[in-house]
Amino acid sequence: MRLETLGFDKVHEYRAGKLDWLAAGLPTEGENNNCPRAGDASRKDPIVCGLKDPVGDVRDRAKAAGWDLAVVVDDDRIVLGMLWSKQLGMDPDLTAEEVMQPGPSTFRPYVPIKEMADHLVEHDHDSVPITTSDGKLVGVLYKSEAVRLAASATACVRKMIT
Amino acid sequence: MFGRRIGIKVAMLIDRETVQEMLKQGAQLVEVLPAKEYAEDHLPGAVSHPLKLLDQEAGQIGRNRPVIVYCWDSA
Repeated sequence: MRLETLGFDKVHEYRAGKLDWLAAGLPTEGENNNCPRAGDASRKDPIVCGLKDPVGDVRDRAKAAGWDLAVVVDDDRIVLGMLWSKQLGMDPDLTAEEVMQPGPSTFRPYVPIKEMADHLVEHDHDSVPITTSDGKLVGVLYKSEAVRLAASATACVRKMIT
Repeated sequence: MFGRRIGIKVAMLIDRETVQEMLKQGAQLVEVLPAKEYAEDHLPGAVSHPLKLLDQEAGQIGRNRPVIVYCWDSA
């Protein structure tokens, strides 16, 4: 780091940097605070279930709450898999573990909504789970909501989906 | 304080918790990414001194308080 060579003697480097700060959900300042991010725009009340829950029970809960999906999580709300409408329609006596889509693509809460919307459209995803960097469920972001909010958002210099 | 000195005239590496602690104690935060990226998002209270301009702008950074520099990530 160049400051030391310029005579500064109390220089520290936060090498994990801005990405680490954002991933921790800590506040930032700047233009991006004027537009929603994936975490802000996600629905925070998705139906969740455990690995051993019968699909039929999960489907009934999801239907009653107006959801077309459910998120399979562990005791710490770490995302393990997804039950999309297709899986929710399977044999009701099977367990979530037996039918779930394991290891779904997840996205971080700090991703600007414009970038999220572009990604969801490009990859034709109707919805995606939003998680912390250690996999804990934050919510579910629907493409329709991302696209709606992105209409008034500007593209960012730094791409945050890697 | 967490960190490790890796040689003379080399910055001490610190983690997020140490950053927060040092800020409470009055440390300065310097983002060295391009100004456009700083404008989009920066840590609270950070000032922008892009790496390419650091030599020219170093005089604007106080020498009596610890300085924390950061960029995007460790890559």
